[in-house]
Amino acid sequence: MARIIVVTSGKGGVGKTTTSAAIAMGLAKKGHKTAVIDFDVGLRNLDLIMGCERRVVYDFVNVINGEATLNQALIRDKNCNLLYILPASQTRDKDALSQEGVGKILDELKKDFKYIVCDSPAGIEKGAHLAMYFADDAFIVTNPEVSSVRDSDRMLGILSSKSRRAEQNEDPIKEYLLLSRYSPDRVKLGEMLSVEDVQEILSLHLLGVIPESKSVLNASNSGTPVILDEKSDAGQAYADIVARYLGEDKPHRFIDDKKGLFGKLFGRK
Amino acid sequence: MSIDSQQNSNHSPILEFKSSTFSVPILVLASNDIITIEQQLQDKVNLAPEFFKNSPLVFDLQELNKHDLDIDITALTKIIRKLGLLPIGIRGGSTQQNKQALELGIPVHSGHTVTASSETQKQQVPEPLEPELESEADAITTTMITHPVRSGQCIYAAGDLVILAQVSAGAEIMAEGNIHVYGSLRGRALAGVQGNTEARIFCSDLQAELISIAGNYKISEDLHGAISNQPVQIYLQNHTLVIKDI
Repeated sequence: MARIIVVTSGKGGVGKTTTSAAIAMGLAKKGHKTAVIDFDVGLRNLDLIMGCERRVVYDFVNVINGEATLNQALIRDKNCNLLYILPASQTRDKDALSQEGVGKILDELKKDFKYIVCDSPAGIEKGAHLAMYFADDAFIVTNPEVSSVRDSDRMLGILSSKSRRAEQNEDPIKEYLLLSRYSPDRVKLGEMLSVEDVQEILSLHLLGVIPESKSVLNASNSGTPVILDEKSDAGQAYADIVARYLGEDKPHRFIDDKKGLFGKLFGRK
Repeated sequence: MSIDSQQNSNHSPILEFKSSTFSVPILVLASNDIITIEQQLQDKVNLAPEFFKNSPLVFDLQELNKHDLDIDITALTKIIRKLGLLPIGIRGGSTQQNKQALELGIPVHSGHTVTASSETQKQQVPEPLEPELESEADAITTTMITHPVRSGQCIYAAGDLVILAQVSAGAEIMAEGNIHVYGSLRGRALAGVQGNTEARIFCSDLQAELISIAGNYKISEDLHGAISNQPVQIYLQNHTLVIKDI
């Protein structure tokens, strides 16, 4: 059964698109046929991060409007042939999306794909709402600072009350916390919230911590998802996250320079 | 959803609706004899003329109607006005009486089962000005919430409210009765929102943005650090919120 994953946060600039690209690539690399959809109509970025911006012919809105078929719009990734990208339209806005149209596309994708990753735009308006509405799992990307945490909390509220699963009284969306741009040094100096702080505020299952890393910017600039940079800490962090999501038991890393704190942290729960 | 909010934000609104709770004296009548009512009311007013001057007043006909005693609403309104009071509502009236009151421009409040014993006590019972959404005070129910109440979410309970998870900053929980929170309380908690001064808030970890009982509130700045992070109860004593550890 296909799973729809929404990557969302509420706040902008926390790493949703980077995460969507990395997770989708990670899942495809593990042998699962995966599609990643850019819901940020009007501000499309996913194609840049995925390095397929020069191969976009049709987009999400074209498919919704029936101007192109899904197969025409899906772009096969050049690094992994199990990964497909459905880019957003740059010339339209979020109003071009309709719940019915999105639902139809997702239903069609579900027949063919194992995982469908929805890259949500920032905010809680129509684009973000439609990105999460049909989701089965939600990856909440949060930076270790108060406004990001607050916005994530708001998003969690919306997930639990306004999604299709909530409206139809099905099992709730499974929520996972991804703490990105984490810097243990700055946590030690008290400049950043710690993993414990964020978890206490959100009370959410931690799927992984992605350290602040130069490799993320380099990867974005070169149009290759950071997960393919296996030497980088961020790339390894995303690989761990994908493995954990698929049920593998991987110890958390990048939380502290010293080892051992981790056991303290999670032995508690 | 997005279009509407964006368009609206272009014009700054010149009005908005807000809800709040007031303390209003209730005149509970036990007789339909207009002349006696006028005399006794005059005596009361004389006791504290300044207090009653232009004071809003809701009159309660529940007792009268229980004993099938009809009263002339027009005459009653006249004497209330004559004594310097401003009638702003009727409750416990019959359909006919409510209709008459509405014709006189007096709003109808739904009847409330008042349990206070003496009349003076009844006069002190604060009543909301808004028409009540839930009038069945006897059908007290407990609302149980087992999942976290997230920022931006709002929960309203007609009776007691029990929350077994946390209440995040930016969330709002309201109950006409008591509130119990067994996770961290970081949002706003308002108990006794329909004026029940006996309502209490119980929580295991008080970090609230705002706590309120029957309209008496404290914001987090007024909550001292010493009482946070331990189980407390909050209740109303002489119109002041008292926070005590349990």
